[in-house]
Amino acid sequence: MNGIIYVIFIVSAMTITPSVFEYYTPSTMVEAVNLLEKYGDEAKLLAGGQSLIPLMKMRFASISHVIDISRIEEMDYIKEDSNRLSIGALTTVDELGSSVTIKNRYMIIKEAADQIADPLVRNMGTVGGNISHGDPANDLPAVMLSLDATFMVQGKNGGKEIKAEDFFVDSLITALEPNEILYEIRVPKMVKRQGGAYIKHKKSAGDFSVAAVASNIIVDGDGKIIKVGVALTSVGPTPIKSTRAEGILAGKKLTEELAAEAARSITEESDPVSDFYGSIDYKKKVLRFIIKESLVAAYKRAKEAQ
Amino acid sequence: MGKIKVRVKINGKERSDEVEPRMLLAHYLRDVVGATGTHIGCDTSNCGACTVVMDGKAVKSCTVLVGQANGREIKTVEGLSQNGKLSKIQKAFLDKHGLQCGYCTSGMLMASYWLLKKNKKPTEEEIRRNLSGNLCRCTGYQNIVEAVKYASELIEKEGEEEEVVVESQ
Repeated sequence: MNGIIYVIFIVSAMTITPSVFEYYTPSTMVEAVNLLEKYGDEAKLLAGGQSLIPLMKMRFASISHVIDISRIEEMDYIKEDSNRLSIGALTTVDELGSSVTIKNRYMIIKEAADQIADPLVRNMGTVGGNISHGDPANDLPAVMLSLDATFMVQGKNGGKEIKAEDFFVDSLITALEPNEILYEIRVPKMVKRQGGAYIKHKKSAGDFSVAAVASNIIVDGDGKIIKVGVALTSVGPTPIKSTRAEGILAGKKLTEELAAEAARSITEESDPVSDFYGSIDYKKKVLRFIIKESLVAAYKRAKEAQ
Repeated sequence: MGKIKVRVKINGKERSDEVEPRMLLAHYLRDVVGATGTHIGCDTSNCGACTVVMDGKAVKSCTVLVGQANGREIKTVEGLSQNGKLSKIQKAFLDKHGLQCGYCTSGMLMASYWLLKKNKKPTEEEIRRNLSGNLCRCTGYQNIVEAVKYASELIEKEGEEEEVVVESQ
C-alpha cells in the first residue's frame, strides 16, 4: 500500500469489498503469461496480495481479471551458485528473512525483510510483489538497487533482463509491460570484504518508513572502499539510487566525517513530499542521519566480512 | 461474473462452497462458515483481529481472498479448545489476564499459537516481535506477553494438546 494512498484512505469513507472480478489460478508461468496476453490491461497478477488486496478493497484498483500466481511452484526458491544469489519471485518475505543463506551472507536483505510490515503480512507477501508493485515506500527495491540486482522477466515473446536501476519508472509504475511477469531476482554473489546495512526509520511498528536507506560496500585489504551502492526508500516517486555515493567514497577509508559529508550530499538527491509521515525538512533530517548510520554499519560489516 | 468453488479444511473439517472470488477469507469464515470467533477489526490489514493460521502460518484473513485459501488448511480460534476444554494458550491468557474487552483476543491467540508452534521457548523480545501485527487497545500488551510466556511454560511442562482430527463428512 502506498504511503500517500494510505493517508487518503484514512480520511475517506471506506469500501471494504473489492469490485467484481474473474479469478484464475495458473499452475505454470507459461499459463500465467498466456492469461496476461489475453486480458492485457484489464488483468493484474496477484502473488501474496498484501499490497494489491488493500488497493482493491479500497477501490483504488478495479481489476476485471485477477491472476493468482501463488501456486506456481517453479517461482518459489532461494539459490546461490558461484556467480549469484537467485530469488524466485514467489518467495515470501518471511521465507527470505528466515533463509540461512540470506542470514549468513546477505545481512542487508535480511535486515530489510525482517522490517517489512509485520510477521503476518510477511507470511503472505512475496519478494516479487514487494518489488514489482513499484511502491517507493516498499523496502526491497532500495536494497536491490544498492546491490545492483537484475530482474528476470518473462513475456509472451520470451525472457529478458531488466537492471534494478532501470526498473522503477514512477510511483506504482515499473518497466514491466502489462503482459510480463517478474519471475526471478538476481543479486551478484557476495564477495570477500563486502557488507551491507538497511536502516529504516518508522513512526510505529509495522508501518511504512519515514525514510530508509540501503548501503552496500566492498573494501580492499587496507579498508579502502572499492565499490559502494546507496539507495533510498520513501523519499521520492520511486526508490532512489544515489549517483553521488561512488564519487565521494570510492578509494577512501570511511571516517565519521566522511560518512557525514556523504550523507549530506546524498540527501540532496532525495525528493520527499510533506505528508502524514512528516514535513520535507523533517524527512531530510532523518535521511541525513540514517544515511550516515547505514554507511557506517555497512563499512564495519565489509571490513569484518571474510 | 462467475463463482468459484473452494475446498478448505477448517479446524480439521473439510467443506466446499461456491463463492464469489472477491470474497475475503475473513468474511467467508464468518458469513458462510459461521465461525464468528474470527473478528474483523480494521479490515485494512493493520490490526490483526482477523488472524487465522493457514497451512501452518498466521495470516490476516481480511487480506486473503477466499480463492487463495482454496485447498488449504485453516485453523481458527474455534479450533483451539477441545471438548469444551481450553487449550493451554487460552488458559494462559485467562490466568494472566491477557485480555480486557476481548476483541483482539482471537487474533492474539492465533498469532501466539503460530509462534509457539515454530518456537517452543520464545524470549520476550521474540514474543513482542511476533505479535507486532496484532493491536490491543486495552491491555498495554504486558499481560499478553506474560500470557504467551506462561503458555510456553505450560506446554513445556505438560506437553502440547493433540490436534483435533475431525473426519470429513
